[in-house]
This record gives sequence, C-alpha cells and structure tokens, in this order.
Amino acid sequence: MSVATGWVKDFQHRYKSQLESALYFWSYLRRNTLSVIGILVIFVFILVAAFGPYFAPYNPVKGETSDRLQGPSAEHWFGTDQLGRDIFSRVIHGARVSLRIAMIVAVIAGTVGTVVGVTSGYFGALVDDLLMRVTDMFFAFPKLVLAMAVAAALGPDLENVIFAIAIASWPVYARLARGEALAVREEDYIEAIRALGAGRMRILFLHVLPMCITPIIIQVTLDMGFIILTAAGLGFIGFGAQPPTPEWGIMIAEGRNFITSQWWLSTFPGLAILVTVLGFNLLGDGLRDVLDPRLTR
Amino acid sequence: MAEQMFDTVSSPILEVRDLFVNFYTYRGVVRALNGVNLTIGRGEIVGLVGETGCGKSVTARSVLRLIRYPGKIEGGQILFEGQDLLALSEREMREFRGRQISMIMQEPKVSLNPAFTIGAQIAESIAIHDYKPLDDAQTEAIEILRTVRIADPEQVAHQYPHELSGGMAQRAMLAMMLAPRPKLLIADEPTSALDVTIQAQILNLMTELVEQIEASILLITHDLGVVAETCDKVAVMYAGNVVEYGTTEEVLTNPAHPYTRGLLRALPNLARQGPLYTIRGSVPDLVDPPAGCRFHPRCEYAMSECAVERPDLLTVKQGHFAACVLYEEGRDGIPDAAHDELPANVWANPDASATVGEQS
Repeated sequence: MSVATGWVKDFQHRYKSQLESALYFWSYLRRNTLSVIGILVIFVFILVAAFGPYFAPYNPVKGETSDRLQGPSAEHWFGTDQLGRDIFSRVIHGARVSLRIAMIVAVIAGTVGTVVGVTSGYFGALVDDLLMRVTDMFFAFPKLVLAMAVAAALGPDLENVIFAIAIASWPVYARLARGEALAVREEDYIEAIRALGAGRMRILFLHVLPMCITPIIIQVTLDMGFIILTAAGLGFIGFGAQPPTPEWGIMIAEGRNFITSQWWLSTFPGLAILVTVLGFNLLGDGLRDVLDPRLTR
Repeated sequence: MAEQMFDTVSSPILEVRDLFVNFYTYRGVVRALNGVNLTIGRGEIVGLVGETGCGKSVTARSVLRLIRYPGKIEGGQILFEGQDLLALSEREMREFRGRQISMIMQEPKVSLNPAFTIGAQIAESIAIHDYKPLDDAQTEAIEILRTVRIADPEQVAHQYPHELSGGMAQRAMLAMMLAPRPKLLIADEPTSALDVTIQAQILNLMTELVEQIEASILLITHDLGVVAETCDKVAVMYAGNVVEYGTTEEVLTNPAHPYTRGLLRALPNLARQGPLYTIRGSVPDLVDPPAGCRFHPRCEYAMSECAVERPDLLTVKQGHFAACVLYEEGRDGIPDAAHDELPANVWANPDASATVGEQS
C-alpha cells in the first residue's frame, strides 16, 4: 500500500506544475465564448456516452418491425429506422461507441507518438534518423487513406478501426514530442541529472518526457474531432463497426436508401456527428488562440 | 616530464593525463583540449583558471564523461583513485557520477528542473544511487537542505526553482550535488551568476561542506580573487593546455609561464599609473591552432623552437610546473628582474577581486 501511495505522491509532485499551468490556461480559455461552448458540448457528449445508455428509452439493436420507419413523435423522438429500432436510443448508444474509439485512439496514438518522439529527440543521431524516417513514411500517406487501407486490410471490426486510426495519427505526436525533446535535452538541468549518474531511461521518462507532454495533450484534443469523423467515415463505407452496432457512420449509411422519404434516419446521427465534431473543433480553435502568442493579447 | 608533477601528491584523487578532446563541427575540427594534465590531491581545492573558451569547462565535463556529440575524447587518461574513467563502460561510469564525482554549474536556476520541487530533486539525487522509498528520501532531502543553511527547509522543499533567489537556488544545487557524498566536487564557475554579496557565502559554504565530507574540489573560475581566497593549488589554462600548475601562493606571486605573467600584469592596479597592460594578439582559433606551444605567437619570450613542439609541464621548483621551454634543464627561466613588473600581489590582498579574460 505504501508503494502505491508513494507512487501517487510522486506523480502529484512531478505533475503539479502541469496541473497549475492547466488552471492558468483555463483562466484564458474561458474568456473565449466559442471554446466554452465547445467545452459544454464535449461535456454533454461525454455525459451522454457515459450515462445515456442507462436512460435510453429503447433497446438500440432490437426493434419492433411493426414500428418501422416511423417519423419523429412523442413516443420515438427521432423516429424509427427500417427495422423499427428507436433512432434516439441508437444515437445515444452511438455516442458511447464514438467516445470509446476517440479515447482509445488518443491513448494509443498519444503514447506511441510521445515515446517514439521523445526517444528520437533525446538520443538523436542514428536513432533519430531511423525513427524519423519511419515517421516520414507514415506522413507520406493522407491520414484518411492510410486509416482506410489498414482497416480494409485488417477486416471490418471496431477494434481494427481503433487500431487503423491510431496508426494514422501517431506520427503527428512523434514529431511534436521530438521537437520538444530536442530542446529539453540541451537544458542544463538534464546535464545536471546526468552528472548525478541518472540512467538514460530515468532521464528520458522522468525528466524529458514530462516536459514534452503538454503540447501533446493539446494536439490530442485538437485531433479528437478528426478521430470521430474518421471513425464515422470508416463506418459509413463499411470498413468500420458492423451492423447492428449503433455507430453513427453506419446509421447514416443505412438511412441513405430512405433519405428522400424518411429523412430522419440519416439526419439525426448526422447531426450528432456534426455537433460533437464541432464541439471539439471549437475547443481546438480556442486552445490554439490561447497557445499562439501571435494571436493572443 | 609531465610525470614529475604526479609525484608531489602521495595519492591523488584525480589525475588527468594528456587529455585530448576534439569537437567535430561544420567549421572543422575544434581541438579544444590539447593534452591537458591536472592533478587533484585528497581534500585539496584546485582552481582552474583561464579565459573564456580555453577549455576549462570541457576539462570538467570530460572528467564526468559528459562531452556530447559532436565532441569526442580522443586520447589520454582520467584516473580517479587510480581507475581510468575513460576505460569504463557507460553503465560503470554512471556509478561514478554523483556518487564519486559530482558537478555544480554556473546558472543554478536553469540547472534545476523547473517542473519539480526542490525537495523532489534532492530526493531523486539520493534515490538514483540508493534505492530508497521516496518518502525517506524526501525527509533526508529536508535534512540536507538544512545543512546548506536554507532557512525553513520544509517549505523550500515544496517550492519550485523559479520561486527561489539565485543564491538559494545555488544552495539547493549544492545540496543536490553533495547529497550522494561525492569524493570530488567539480564547481564550474559556481558564483559567476550570483550577486557579489552572495558569492563569498556560497564559496565558504561549499568549502566548508566539502571539508566535512572530506572531498576535493575542482573549482573553475576566471576570478583570481576567488582563487587566491579559496584554492590550495591552481592550474592555469590557455587554449586547451594547462600551462602552469602549482600552489596558489607560488603561482600568483611567482608566475613562471609567460601567459600567467601576462595575466597578472593585466590586472587593474590602483597603485599604478598609465594604461593597463595587455597581452598582444588574441586567443587562437582552435580549428587551426598554432603549432608547438599555442601561446608562442603572443609570447614575448618566444624562440624558434616554440613553434615546433608542444612543451611538457616542466618543474620550475618543487611543486610548481610550467609548460614552457624556458624551464628546460640548463635554462634560467624568466629573468628575475621581470618580476618587478607584477602588480601588488593578489595573494596578499584577496579582496581586490581580479578577473581574467572576462568582464567583471
């Protein structure tokens, strides 16, 4: 137990300054109305994803065929689809699917990118050349095309979509972390800790990495919208999650055939994507404004 | 020969022999160290003086093997208690860093990690070598902060480097570097970035603490006043060579090498009228240094042989060495009359802080 609390304390004082700068950040961010709206939208999205399924009025995958293709009503707020499933319930469950994809991708791509970038930047020389040329190879493909190719190669499945998007997104974080690490490794405090006999791994992960993490977190936030959009896109073209998963992209794809007569099938999941991605992008723009010294004050 | 100088110290803690370091830059190969010889005895404080760019810091970093790309140690030996550090693997070398030899740097505030508290950093310096629970190390850190005479160490332990003054930060740095109880402390201009009033405090504290743990100090400075006040021995560097080495008193009152003499003559002196003496010429470009003795183009005693071969450190008298052909057997050295030109000696008046090669 003492090991665990020691670790927590360690974490607390290692990352205290990051927490403090986050608070400072917020004091700037909240002056920007649009980014506050973005934050609210994201907040609602997360709440819906976390708790919505418990309150969803109907089962998202099982419908009453007798109720098929009903328009929006008091009973079915967003109407029902061709199999009689409640679209409102499906959109709510879809939030959870999207959030899950976005979060796992962010964690995988963020971690892989940061570790690769920091390693590359800190060691420099041959390691740097090697890792950065690999990164360049990934940069040579458009992100969406790469994600599509990987998803297609692995076969349509939710886990594979996550993997595919992560593969397409990590190089950005690697570049970013490398740049930071290049600057940090020249700092006197790194030399000081080397003079004390710290090993490479200690320096890399306990001293260089914490200094590089802030821009990565911001970049990940900026990319959330893209991740959700890509996941929906892959779902739409059939490379992603498979029916009957309540995934927004699939829902739009399935509603295509009815778009002229039963508009609600595609419209509501479409709106869900629009609002969520807009929320992330508004927050992203706000963050960029706060971070870019040329634009602020 | 160079070997002679090592006989004077019974069992030195550190011997640097014929150290060559090059930096491979786009401009060409910078021959930063050109056969440096240096000895530090147990418990001794050895000053390393010289102007900017003469290789003082490179020497210090070489001892810890902290020279990074594009720099490379090309030859020589660094013997720490008889063990050649250059022969060790990186992993073995790590055992020497901190635990045996540690280094404090010029700018205390940028030498402390801005992201962590002072306490955490000192605790880490302990934890690197002794695998202790972090809480124990923290308690120990507070004790160590107390020994460097920081008032209210409990509070300071929870502060960040930016919250400290320069003097406080240097004290914290001292605490961090002395926590593993090294046998040799390298102090690279520890007081240059500090307020004059704080300098003496830090120097006194440093010498006192180092005495307590029976360690030695290699004190890099360009301040001859500091040398006169603190150091037992002094080594004078010029363009990548130690040109003179001896006890502080001997070197400062009886400088043997023409460069050291020039330095001392160039000190401002209230008692003397007229323009300040300067050494003619300027510091050589180390990409293309002069052959032979690197000082010969500027030396008023230069002879034809000076341009041919690099002189070894030769005995001037017992415990006093100069790398100058004037001290070869059968030669008389610099005529005694020339000593009269020296200003009132620095040794006698350490408060008259004197600075070499850099603005004070």
